[in-house]
Amino acid sequence: MDRRQFLFGASTLSFVLAARSALADQAHRVLVLVELKGGNDGLNTVIPYADPLYHQFRPGIGVARDRTLQLDEHVGLHHRLEALMDSWKARDLAVVQGVGYPTPNRSHFRSIEIWDTASSSNRTLSEGWVSRVFEGVTLPHGAGVDAIVADTNALPMTGPGLRTIVMQDAANFLHQAEAMKKTQDPVGNGNPALRHVLDVRREVNAAAAGLHAKLRDGPVPAYTFAADNGFGHQLDLATRLLLARVPVMAIKVALTGFDTHANQAPTQERLLGFLAAGLATFRKNLVAANLWNDVVVLTYSEFGRRVRQNASGGTDHGTAAPHFVMGGKVKGGLHGAYPSLADLQDGDLKHTVDFRNVYSTLARGCWGLQRDFGQHPVRPIDLFA
Amino acid sequence: MARLGRRFFVSGAVALAAPWVTRPSLAVSAMGFDDARHLLSRTAFGATPAEIAALASTDYTAAVDRLLAKARPQAASPVPDWTNEPLSALRERHREAQSSRSKTADGKPVNEAARIVREEGSQLSNWWVEEMLATDQPLVEKMTLFWHSHFTSSIQKVRYVPALYRQNVLFRREALGNFATLLKAVAHDPAMLIYLDGVRNVAKQPNENFARELLELFTLGEGHYSEADIKNAARAFTGWSVDRDSGRFVDRMRLHDAGEKTFLGQSGHFTGDDILAILLRHPRTAETIVEKLWREFISFTPDPHEVKRLAGLFRGGNYEMRPLLRALFLSPAFRDPANRGALIKSPIELVVGTVHVFGLPVPDATPLVRMMAGLGQTPFAPPNVKGWPGGESWITTSTLLLRQQFLRRLIEATTVSSLDGNMAMMPRPGRRADRRQQMSAPSMAPYPVEGRSLRGPADEAHLGPTLDGVDKATLLRALLSRAPVDPAAGAAGSPGAVVAAAMLDPAYQLK
Repeated sequence: MDRRQFLFGASTLSFVLAARSALADQAHRVLVLVELKGGNDGLNTVIPYADPLYHQFRPGIGVARDRTLQLDEHVGLHHRLEALMDSWKARDLAVVQGVGYPTPNRSHFRSIEIWDTASSSNRTLSEGWVSRVFEGVTLPHGAGVDAIVADTNALPMTGPGLRTIVMQDAANFLHQAEAMKKTQDPVGNGNPALRHVLDVRREVNAAAAGLHAKLRDGPVPAYTFAADNGFGHQLDLATRLLLARVPVMAIKVALTGFDTHANQAPTQERLLGFLAAGLATFRKNLVAANLWNDVVVLTYSEFGRRVRQNASGGTDHGTAAPHFVMGGKVKGGLHGAYPSLADLQDGDLKHTVDFRNVYSTLARGCWGLQRDFGQHPVRPIDLFA
Repeated sequence: MARLGRRFFVSGAVALAAPWVTRPSLAVSAMGFDDARHLLSRTAFGATPAEIAALASTDYTAAVDRLLAKARPQAASPVPDWTNEPLSALRERHREAQSSRSKTADGKPVNEAARIVREEGSQLSNWWVEEMLATDQPLVEKMTLFWHSHFTSSIQKVRYVPALYRQNVLFRREALGNFATLLKAVAHDPAMLIYLDGVRNVAKQPNENFARELLELFTLGEGHYSEADIKNAARAFTGWSVDRDSGRFVDRMRLHDAGEKTFLGQSGHFTGDDILAILLRHPRTAETIVEKLWREFISFTPDPHEVKRLAGLFRGGNYEMRPLLRALFLSPAFRDPANRGALIKSPIELVVGTVHVFGLPVPDATPLVRMMAGLGQTPFAPPNVKGWPGGESWITTSTLLLRQQFLRRLIEATTVSSLDGNMAMMPRPGRRADRRQQMSAPSMAPYPVEGRSLRGPADEAHLGPTLDGVDKATLLRALLSRAPVDPAAGAAGSPGAVVAAAMLDPAYQLK
């Protein structure tokens, strides 16, 4: 007997870890993820104004036809998104309609985990989808950081595939380091384990401080962000990172507060205003710096909301929703089909685009990497010019 | 008389502080909170304030004895059903799957063998992590893990997962058992025979892999043997192999080199058993184990005098584990306050311990196992034959950041994955959670936050039954092995904020 075949035959012995392939030489684009926390109401974001059913389901909170910014003869943007119309007219704003996944989960926690890890609804993964894209890929050493998270949810970028820094952690580390200087660093003396942890933390601090310095000395955005809700601040940080050309693969920001179960209109309108103003300023800054072609923005949220409004003038957890993709090289316009309001499942929209197809398209369009996440069928979207 | 006096004094003092303590024999040597915390942090996966408090009122020696009292030598969690599958059946499954030529979505043929290893491996890891979380005798699981990192075998090479399960069963059986018995069993263990090429070690072509690691890592340590000793030991083990059908140990006499060997100065027609007997008579064997246990339970730097003393006791006691561990836990070094927080939590300790302290339900252990992998400790896949180097190597810039992110996530969580993490969530009108979502009365505001914090930054932990109602000072003492490094952790704030700050403090990385 050939000893190599001792167990299962030669074929199984050929199992080897995939060789790490270098990232394609082509200039990559930085993906900017914008998480809309709480579940944004897609129906009042991209509004099917021409559909009488829409006004039937939403007698109170439905947006009147004359308050929508028409994109075509069926749908229009909420008027509070007006700031995005420059991008729409410049044909670099794509609206992907009906994005969701099969057997949707309506729990905030679980559903955002599905989006963040690109899992199917019945599988639990703990590694983020962006990190998974880079598994087996050698990244340039650059800044020592591959992804930067300006909010606190780092899950899309969490995993061994990427070195991800959460700015809040970095800021905390810096802050802690300052506090420790004041206490004369009495800790760690005689405790090698603690000394080691603190040494490593100092290293992280140094990286964070380096980043800080780069940001401080780097170009200042030409257009100032509004200082509302932390979102403008996060986008300002993202802009400065891009202007300073910190070589990262992805940046993440978030806008919070979309869980609108009661008296939805004022809350959502305010948030949509923040979103549009923030993204419009972001775009203007990058266009001015001649970097808009190197950036792709994607909005996402754990779910859309129930079609029928509830008795409190709000909406409950739903399913599919439209999302925005922006960037100088993005093919603007409407993509995917708006889910039918006449064909609901348990009062919710049926998705028409699997979110994992959006991710596969972005992996290709941003980093030149061919990836699927187990979705069937794999169906790229025509998002890149 | 002096003893009586002391007893009187102590019980008097305790009675003053805690008038409900009426049994002086209990009060006389109550170890106190910090000793109890230390003992648990080293011998269990995390400890809740209630667990520490329960131990604090008992006598230290009695507590150690109870820790080492007769334990179940088996796991309690239900075992996956393939663990008894013989090798022949697995090979047959491969053949069938391969011939059905299933393809992946993009048309590539599925590597069935790899798929089976991956799936069974994931189930096995989940099973073990579930056992670590559920067990009422965590020291047994800690020692099982200790032996796994000492007598390493990796799924990456073994690729016959039932053998790794059986090896794990063996480690658990001898966790608090007998090292000599364990060493002999490991040399006959199919996973080990595959991992270190024992199956290829035959008279005509001896393979030295197992013999080398046996001397270098498992017993004597470098510098206490020669290359010739390795060659001769390898010859003695020739013929020990794995049966192709059953997947169990088989001694192939025809392939054994029966010639004379010289090993560590002795000569004879040695078999593998003879080699092991010689190694067990060598004083270095016990010292190697004691040094390693020291790094696991006491500190980074073993005290050579104490190692000699404990190793002598170990060898003299016929390699029984209980007396050795008892001596270790009762040693002055173990109890030295300077050694509190002097070790770094391994990824498994950090993950399992934190989930335990938070009392989080774990419907599916997969995310925990993947986090362990990300942090550098995949169960059943040690990086190489030396096992996990541990100690300082656990913390690098990237793992420190990842640890921080993991902790932040747990602070926000009320369950590890959603309660329905494994099920497709179709609305079921009878379910309370679904009803809640369908209801629309204004009274539901604020809408229930299910795990995911919508408050924004994780600056306040959600406290479940294990931590709820505990005062802030006790929370801090229970969570940290030493004073927090960052002054902020001790500052004012809600109990949830204190817990969040403590968990993000560097001291939380220590045990």
